Formats: sequence, C-alpha cells, structure tokens
Amino acid sequence: MSATNVNEVRKAGVEPDEWESLKAYTNARIALGRTGISVPLRESLQFKLAHAHAKDAVYSALDLSDLQKQLAQCGLPVYCVRSQAMHRDMYLQRPDLGRLVDEHSVETLRQLNRPAVDLSIIVADGLSATAITQNAGLVVHGLVDKAKQAGYSLAPIVLVEQGRVAIMDVIGRLLNARLAVILIGERPGLSAFDSMGAYMTYAPRPGLTDESRNCISNIREQGLRPVLAVDKIMDLIRSAFRSQLTGVQLKEDSNADSLPT
Amino acid sequence: MAYSYTIGGFTYRFDTLRELLAKATPLRSGDALAGLVADSYEERVAAQIALADVPLAVFLNEAVIPYETDEVTRLIIDTHDKAAFAPISHLTVGDLRDWLLSDEADTSTLHQLASGLTPEMVSAVSKLMRNQDLILVAQKCEVVTRFRNTQGLRGRMAVRLQPNHPTDDAKGIAASIIDGLLYGSGDAMIGINPATDSPAATSRLLCMLEELRERFAIPTQSCVLSHVTTTLQLIEQQVPVDLVFQSIAGTEKANASFGINLSLLQEAYEAGLSLKRGTVGTNLMYFETGQGSALSSGAHHGVDQQTCEVRAYAVARAYQPFLVNSVVGFIGPEYLFDGKQIIRAGLEDHFCAKLMGLPMGMDICYTNHAQADQDDMDTLLTLLGVAGVNFIMGIPGADDIMLNYQSTSFHDALYARRVLGLRPAPEFEDWLLRQGIIDQQGNRLSSPIQKQLYTAWVG
Repeated sequence: MSATNVNEVRKAGVEPDEWESLKAYTNARIALGRTGISVPLRESLQFKLAHAHAKDAVYSALDLSDLQKQLAQCGLPVYCVRSQAMHRDMYLQRPDLGRLVDEHSVETLRQLNRPAVDLSIIVADGLSATAITQNAGLVVHGLVDKAKQAGYSLAPIVLVEQGRVAIMDVIGRLLNARLAVILIGERPGLSAFDSMGAYMTYAPRPGLTDESRNCISNIREQGLRPVLAVDKIMDLIRSAFRSQLTGVQLKEDSNADSLPT
Repeated sequence: MAYSYTIGGFTYRFDTLRELLAKATPLRSGDALAGLVADSYEERVAAQIALADVPLAVFLNEAVIPYETDEVTRLIIDTHDKAAFAPISHLTVGDLRDWLLSDEADTSTLHQLASGLTPEMVSAVSKLMRNQDLILVAQKCEVVTRFRNTQGLRGRMAVRLQPNHPTDDAKGIAASIIDGLLYGSGDAMIGINPATDSPAATSRLLCMLEELRERFAIPTQSCVLSHVTTTLQLIEQQVPVDLVFQSIAGTEKANASFGINLSLLQEAYEAGLSLKRGTVGTNLMYFETGQGSALSSGAHHGVDQQTCEVRAYAVARAYQPFLVNSVVGFIGPEYLFDGKQIIRAGLEDHFCAKLMGLPMGMDICYTNHAQADQDDMDTLLTLLGVAGVNFIMGIPGADDIMLNYQSTSFHDALYARRVLGLRPAPEFEDWLLRQGIIDQQGNRLSSPIQKQLYTAWVG
C-alpha cells in the first residue's frame, strides 16, 4: 500500500492528537491519534511492518557462500561450522545447544591443529542473520587490518550457523587463541532489526559466563557505525591483552566502551 | 514419597512431589529446557490424575526445596496459617479444584482462605484447571490495596504508565507521560525502567516525576525501577520515593542472583514506610516476577518454572505489596515459546497470585523471537480483563523503545475498559473527569489541560 493510500484511509473518522509536536522529543509511538478509542489503521500497519522486519530477521539465514567469499578477501582461511541446534525453532528453545559446536564441526576445527595465536574472529547468525549480512563484512575487514598492523597473529575466521554468544569460548579454545571475538546478530527490536553485537573473551574456554565477557552492541549504520565499532573493539582487545582478562574487571580505556553484558 | 498412576497396565511413577508437579504441568519450553517435562501426552495426564489425589496436607510435609537450605521454603512453612487452612485441610488437590469452582467459594471465603494456602498447593491446583477455570476463580477474588489511590476494586482496571526512554532523556520521558495521561493511563503508577541503574539518574527521574505529579495534583504514585539497594540509598537521602521496586523469584538462590534476600526486602519495606508518603494507604512495595527466572539463574532445584513462580508470590505476600506484576512474555521463547504458552502462563500467574491474596497485574508482552504477536496480546488482555486483573501496562503504541519488547498500549487499555465496562481507579477517574480528559463514559475529550500539560513540560 502506498503512502497516499494510507493517508486517504486516515480521513475516515481519524482524529489526530494535538500534541504531535512532542514527537520531536522521543522515538516512542506517541500522539498516534485515534478513531474512537482505537489506533488509526496507518499506525497499526506501521507497527505490523516493524514487527514483520523483526520476525524476518529472526528467521533469516546466513548466505554462507557469499559471506565466505566476502570474508576470504581478508587473506585468512574461512571455515563454516554449526552449533548443535539443528534448526531455528530448536535454537530458540534450547539456548544450551546453540552454545555447543556440533560433533562434525569440532572434528573439522580440531584437525586444523593450529599453533597458538593471539586472536580468533568468529561470526555467528545469532538472532539476526540480517545484521551479519549487513555489518559483519566491514567489521571483519577492519579488525583484520588493524590486528595485523598491531602485530597480532590471527586464527582462521569461523562462520557459525545457529550460534549463541558462548560458542565463541568453545571455538576460541579449539583454535588455541588467547582472545576470541564474536560478531553476532542481536535480538531484533521494532526500532532495529539489523543490530550486530561484538563480544570478547580473554583465554576462551568452555564454561565461562557473561561476567567474563565485554560487549559492544548496536553496531549498524544507523547506530554505532561499523568503522567506529572496529576502533572500539580494538581498544578493548588492547586493554584485554594488557590486563590479561576480559569481563566486569576490565578497566576502560579512554576511548573504550567496556559495558558488562 | 512416591506417587503413581496406572493406565492400561502401565504404571507411571513419580518419585517426589517435585517430579509429580513438573510432569503434571501443561507443556512449556522452559520446563523442556530444564529436562522436567512429561515424556508423553499420556504421562502428563497420568501425572495430573495422580496429582488430583494428593491430599493438601501432604504439601505441608513434603517441601519441593528443603526447608534447611532455602529461606523461601522456611518463609512458606513458618508463616503458614493453620487456622485459615483448617476448613480445607481434608481436601485433595482435585477436591480443591472442584471446591474453588463451587458457589460456596465466594469472594469473602476465598479472601479468608488465602493465608492458609501454600504456593505449591496453589500451583498444583492450577495445573488441573482449564483456562476458563483460572478465569472464573480469579474473578471471584478481590484484592484491594492503597497508597495514593485505590487499586483492585471490582469493575476497575488500572494502568501502569511506562514512559521508558533509551537514554533516560527527561523530555523524551515527559512526552510519553503526557501522551499516556491524556489517554487516561497512569493510575496504577507512573513507572520508569531506567536505562542506567545509578543513584544519581534514579534520583533525577524521581524528582521529575514528583514535580509533575504535584504540579497537576495527580492522584497516583511514581516508581523508578532501580535495584532495591539503590532505592534504599535514595530513601536515606530523602529523595521522594513512593513505591519501592524489586524483581523477585521463588528460590533463595535465584533471589541471590538478583542481589537480594528476605531481610533486605524487609529493610526496604520498612524504609519505604518511614517516609509516610501514602495518603490513602500504606501498601508500597512493587514486585515483578516471571516464569523462568529461577531456571535462568540455574537456581530452580529441579522444580518446574510455574511452581517457582508461585513461590515468588509467597515472597511478595510477606511485604503487603501495592502491586505485583508478572512480566509474562518478557523472558523469551526458551521459557514460553509461543502465544499459546504465554496466554496459559499469564492466566496461571494471575489466578495463583490472586488466590494467594496478591494485587496482581500483568505485563502482557512478548519479544520478537517468541512466536507471538499483537493478536495474542489482544487475546490475553481480554481474558485478563474478564478475570479481573488489577492493572496492565500502558506503553506508547505498545512498543517499549528502551527494553525492546512489545506490551500493551494506552489505546489497548481504553479498548479493555470499553468492551468490559471497566473504569480507572476511583481517585484517578475523578481527576480525569475534573481535568476534562475523559467523560463519564470513558470517551477521550479535547480540553484545555492538554495544552497546559504539554506546554508546561516541553513547550
């Protein structure tokens, strides 16, 4: 339905609110107007559209071959793995399975038999593959460049399907990395369905919990722009190596944003 | 003690009351995640049939979490009112279900019974009840509380105006408050979830709410939902605190993960009372609960999530709360997967809390990764309105831009009030009428106050 059609619908019995000027102060859905005591159709449809974007994002899938090609341009090998959550509905109901790497993938990573490295970069769909499709490429490229400049050694990049945040600790350990970073799709809201989060753990190993991690969230063009996110992540990585830890105890660098998650 | 039931030559065994309760629970994802669900549809019904035959007296002797290791169990056992329990002490769980639905169980009988019921008894009976049973019995309960206005009177439904903003921006919050007030919301409270839980930020928001409330003489109460320790600190500093908020759960360990225990809640309750800010009553605690909170902190002790939830109501009950709110769909699909599970849980929570004598309201809500939408919320809102829910949430357009989930809107509240003939809290209704915001029929009006309100605040 075009905007003009929606506006025509609005003419039928819809009363706008007198305080529409207050919309300048908040993105909340205020001053929606009314027909009787109900929400006008135009607003009802806009809400539905935002919810549709969020639902589509939750059920979106990673385009693995495309992403693999994109990420391979960094000059690092790229491996695809799966969590133990076989499909989306299982993933949604069993967060425990989304934190575990499936057996076949464990074997793949183990056979790499990699020497110890500084940094493992992991990319997972999380709750919005859309967020990864839109933001991960830029951030991975930026991170790899800056990490190389800083002299950090890098593990192969790992792409995860049906992954939760804590899967980073399993993968980081398998790849013998001193620090793991995961870029993961965040739970879509009505205002943003394409937000990516970045989590970091020092000395990754299975069994760590949220207080051992640092997080940067809302990475997207309209939020924390990917180029700026790269700088923030690098700041956190540097201070993590300096302090030899991540999590609530990590002291903030001047530019770093080390919110506990 | 073991329980069993035989169907067609096969005997289902349930080793403990805890296991029996879990297997008798209508299916939900959180119990599956915890590995507690019945293995088949038949086993679930077998458990329900076995549960129906358990005498209520058994619940006083077999704790689902040991008395020695859990202070919530100790609270439940030590405060159990034997005199109130006496009239039903000979009943089984199944008898209780039939009795609750009988005409003998009227409003005043149920009121007297409340302190004789333990959460496990209440949880057990709810598992044997259909949705309509949960609605019918809850509707017979009337739980009235007072602070600056009166909540819970029959024929009334209040709204918590929830004007959250992602950066706690004062003008952004004020804009949402004005929108809500002009749509007739805000009688349960004006309650802000702060983006940052710092004493300074909380204090600033509380002072802003105080100024607004006094300036327009609004007969309501305010709340900034900070951790109870933050609120305690602010009370000491004479910051205007009306309601004292805290999230609570049904086990000592889960409460510890929230950074609280029973004595801290008592301290906060007494501190709140010391301010003497209520004008028509002294109920001032505001608690939030939700199925799954114990499991999410690994503190459920093998107890199903609904029974854990009802145990949280025993915690709430100890502090004569002004309002209690189950944030039913907020915690996510790993606990309540879809609209069906959310609706069932919402009706259970409301029924169980009311039967235990609590002023229960509900955040009728879902997150975007749950299989639910606004149609499910409409259904639950209507059902809870029929069941006599004390209050619901009012959020601009049902979209909370800070917490990123969907609930009910100011318009939704007006819908429920209109189709069910419900009215706001009496003192607040008088204010709305005096200001010309609504008329006697609950229709929204245009009036000079509108301009006054919004120009005073942001103009």
